[in-house]
Amino acid sequence: MSALNLKPNIDGPDDFYEDLLAIHEGKSKDESDAINARLVLILANHIGDRDVLKAALEAAVA
Amino acid sequence: MFDERYKLAFKAYPYERSADQDASIPVRHPVVVMGGGPIGVATALDLGRQGIPVVVLDDHEGVGMGSRAICFAKRSLEIADRYGCAQPMLDKGVVWNLGKVFHDDRKVFEFNLLPEDGHKFPAFINMQQPYFEQFMIDEVRALQAQGAPIEIRGKNRVESVDVKDDHTVLNILTPDGPYTIEADWLIGCDGANSPLRSMMGLDFKGRVFQDSFLIADIRMINDSFPTERWFWFDPPFKSAGASTLLHKQPDDVWRVDFQIGWDVDRVEELKEDNIRARLDAMLGPDVEYELVWSSIYTFQCMRMDKFRHGHVIFAGDAAHQVSPFGARGANSGMQDVDNLGWKLGLVIAGKAPEALLDSYDRERIHGADENISNSTRSTDFITPKSETSRLFRDAVLHLSEKYEFARPLVNSGRLSVPCVYDGSPLNSEDGLPGGPLRTRPGAPCPDAPFQSGYLLDHLGDEFVLLGINTSVPSQLEDGGVAVKGFSVSAADDTAGHIAGRYLGDADTAVYLIRPDQHVALRMTKFDEATVRAGLRRALAKEVD
Repeated sequence: MSALNLKPNIDGPDDFYEDLLAIHEGKSKDESDAINARLVLILANHIGDRDVLKAALEAAVA
Repeated sequence: MFDERYKLAFKAYPYERSADQDASIPVRHPVVVMGGGPIGVATALDLGRQGIPVVVLDDHEGVGMGSRAICFAKRSLEIADRYGCAQPMLDKGVVWNLGKVFHDDRKVFEFNLLPEDGHKFPAFINMQQPYFEQFMIDEVRALQAQGAPIEIRGKNRVESVDVKDDHTVLNILTPDGPYTIEADWLIGCDGANSPLRSMMGLDFKGRVFQDSFLIADIRMINDSFPTERWFWFDPPFKSAGASTLLHKQPDDVWRVDFQIGWDVDRVEELKEDNIRARLDAMLGPDVEYELVWSSIYTFQCMRMDKFRHGHVIFAGDAAHQVSPFGARGANSGMQDVDNLGWKLGLVIAGKAPEALLDSYDRERIHGADENISNSTRSTDFITPKSETSRLFRDAVLHLSEKYEFARPLVNSGRLSVPCVYDGSPLNSEDGLPGGPLRTRPGAPCPDAPFQSGYLLDHLGDEFVLLGINTSVPSQLEDGGVAVKGFSVSAADDTAGHIAGRYLGDADTAVYLIRPDQHVALRMTKFDEATVRAGLRRALAKEVD
């Protein structure tokens, strides 16, 4: 079991950020909200570990 | 004087005058059950089979009309089998395994319950509740013919109770006027609106869900559906509401459930023309059907603080109520009875202290909380309570169409599975290293093929000591409580189910199993002192 990684971990942060914004381009607020919700679920499933997910939920709220 | 609150499907226990009505002083009974529904009748069966006299009082004369509960889970069938009446249920019921989930106009995925092999009973049968009740009443009649001390008194309405420390006085109204009896133990099985609960001024707390469901049972005339469970989120048909469920019942009847919202005009919605308009929109204009029964219901997720109040004990919907998603109403009530029957029997026989009944409270409140939590989660998924909740719900449905990972998140009701009594004071410490988690102390014994039948046929009604690949004494007695022992060889079950379900990584195992087929203790080899201590613990007796 690993802990939630809150240190820089993405190779090419600017590229990722651009990719993230790109999927929302031209989308309405509702469409974007739906995309984000799906993204959260896809990433959460990839992580899988409930302790890490819990820590991530807490980190997002704090 | 007697208002019929509902029509009868079967007149099963017409009013007959009892000798108690002519007694000069109130007759005292060991057990009186208030309510002749499925849970009350099951209670009578459990106690009657133990030879304990039991009187069931019901304000009607039989089984109420309407399909109502239609999904009976494996555990309920196993309990009914212990009572001797599961076979007719199995013969009558519809077995289904395939479910389809729709969102709007798209099928998002389908699932198969994939029932595990090596069980006498399927995961579920669908059957109208009146049949379930009638088969149990038939069993009551069969037992009565053999001399079992069970009485069901129709049109006996309890008007008031006077609850004492060690008994209750019941004032009853009949077509012949009032009379009074007394009960050492009073069991409240009088349903979600329990008059007994109100008479005693007891709390029923939880959440009321602001939604109503229109149920329509239809018999198809020129069309049919497969024997599957179909569930629509946001159905595309006109005025179908937030969700729709289609389910097969026996007699070519299909159950359709429309979730139609909170502010509805019940009288208007229940007019046949209006129900047909909804059904026609769903089924198409050319499908002919007969409307068998319809009803509108609302639900709540609530339970009493305590199920045991001295010598008054509540079971079934009277003690707890859940949403219909997951079939956890009647099925959990059957588990209440399963849990209470042997405990009350041993207490009445003087073989266990009254403290044993506190474990009913503890174990079944655990069960009720599990059911309430599951059905609340289903409700929140089916009817999202906020914009964000809906956003995620729709995201799950959207993803589940393409990706397998999202399907376990889809919640259209988590189907009832029996409760494991983890943390119960009746459990002994797990003494079987490598043993399967599913048969840990507190768990209900899973079935497995055994000889020409099934293992569960040999468990229950009394304490059983089960040896697997190791011998145990065939009889043991402690404080007047008998334990029956028998050994099996896991190799006799060539499919390996006994080994898989009871041994795990262990080579041998000994299980002490309660009369309700739950595990009290398990260990590698028979050790008399440990078994005796485990038995005393399972009886809520002092353990040195």
